[in-house]
Amino acid sequence: MLHLAALARIQLSDDEVDEFSDELSEILQYVEMLSNVDVTGLEPTNQVTGLTNVMRNDTVKDYGYKPADLLENVPAVQDNQIKVKRMIG
Amino acid sequence: MADWEPVAAIAAKVQSGELKAVDLVEKSLAEIAAGEEFKAIIAVTADRARERAKAVDGGENKGRLAGVPFIAKDNFLVFGADATAASNILKGFDPVYQSTAIEKLEAEGAICVAKANLDAFAHGSSTENSDFFTTLNPHDKTRVPGGSSGGSAVSVALGFAPFALGTDTGGSIRLPASFTGTVGFKPTYGSVSRSGVVAMASSTDVIGPITRTVEDAELVFDVMAGVDELDSTTIERDRDGFVSEPLDVKGKKVGVVKEYMGDGMQPGVREQVEKAIEALKNAGAEVEEISLPSLPLALAVYYIICPAEVSSNLSRYDGQRYAYSYSDAKDLNESYMGTRERGFGKEAKRRIMTGTYVLSSGYYDAYYKKAQTVRTKLIKEFEAAFEKVDFLVGPTAPMTAFKIGENADDPLQMYLTDIMTVAVNLTGSPAISIPCGESEGLPVGLQLMAAQKADRELLAFADATERILK
Repeated sequence: MLHLAALARIQLSDDEVDEFSDELSEILQYVEMLSNVDVTGLEPTNQVTGLTNVMRNDTVKDYGYKPADLLENVPAVQDNQIKVKRMIG
Repeated sequence: MADWEPVAAIAAKVQSGELKAVDLVEKSLAEIAAGEEFKAIIAVTADRARERAKAVDGGENKGRLAGVPFIAKDNFLVFGADATAASNILKGFDPVYQSTAIEKLEAEGAICVAKANLDAFAHGSSTENSDFFTTLNPHDKTRVPGGSSGGSAVSVALGFAPFALGTDTGGSIRLPASFTGTVGFKPTYGSVSRSGVVAMASSTDVIGPITRTVEDAELVFDVMAGVDELDSTTIERDRDGFVSEPLDVKGKKVGVVKEYMGDGMQPGVREQVEKAIEALKNAGAEVEEISLPSLPLALAVYYIICPAEVSSNLSRYDGQRYAYSYSDAKDLNESYMGTRERGFGKEAKRRIMTGTYVLSSGYYDAYYKKAQTVRTKLIKEFEAAFEKVDFLVGPTAPMTAFKIGENADDPLQMYLTDIMTVAVNLTGSPAISIPCGESEGLPVGLQLMAAQKADRELLAFADATERILK
């Protein structure tokens, strides 16, 4: 569970680790019913309406936004760029 | 409780000048204020709604929905209010653009007056997973309204506005419609652009209306449906549109889903659903039992696919680009970990963990790929069923609205409320829940389903069924 939490970049409390471990086992037990289903000759479905490769022209389109508008919700901005904490400790 | 005329009639009167959009908006805001105790609303967009109403009365956007107030689930981006998806992590997120669905409704003159409560990120069946508060069922305040679009359904049930928008990933429009006695339509996957709507599970998420009548649902859906370059999964509209006369059920082949009529259904629900099927028979429908043997697997398939896609979609909430950010971190990784720890509620974390597990190296084939393959089996069974019958029918849920807190401590029990709604999310086909009587004072929902892209026919059939049941 701690490995999964690290993969998902979530800090979990000890209580949450215990709780989610139990619940995950319960959910995995429930979905166990799929393991014996015969799916010979069937392919997995990733797209239900059968669309494939929806293309558009690779051109710049002006939607009328200014960079400042689009950065309005960003927690930290410097020189019109998103500022993050240092990556290497 | 406010009475509203049919949506088309309201729009016609606003077009002719008999009704004013400003008055309709005030009526809607007054109803919202009067029904505050039900906690259906997260925020009102009063200022912008009043401005837009004046513009409509002045002749702008005097279209097919002229002056009609509506309420959007809070996972839609709408100007004038934060889009929180009822989550702490998105608190304070001020949209810089609007959902395509909202833009289309506004272009026809509809006016958004408020944002409705939901289970945070639409994860749930009761609104109890909202990070803010639980919405109460108007039929019994000790019970849940269903979810995740619970606030939207309650808004319509209480007459806050003639229609509301919801999203349906595993039943989130139909279940609350069933629990509140409203109409909830989940269209074919890809019918309505999801641009500007907070994503949950992208291979099953759809947008649809919650209304008081099928006729209203047809019109609202007709305005929203169509291809949008901002959502590459959108499909072409039906050539004839979606507004039509109710069809004659005489001679229509209707399949009663065997697997949905088994044990585990509350007796009162069974009684009402059987009565509705009898009424269809009496109206001349050719009713037969249809079996879809893989249906009992649908929920297991869904509870692999959904958390997998949720864990992927929620990875974008990292605290760097928008909304909540944990500021005491000493480096970037700590910022991610702390933001997500504090910003996400329990159910979001639970789904992220399950999803991360089933997608992780070594487990992917056993879980995700297997689920997607069983999904194909289910699709084939639905296709075979719709070669035999025109429509399928069954209950929307095996139960009526449950008590607040009843399922809150047991996630699996909560997931089981979706047992009759998830299948069509996996197959991409349309389904609608319409009211069919009450059991011990609580509404029961009848679910009607059709083949993929037969939305027009399904709505016409639901319209007819609704009239038969009245």
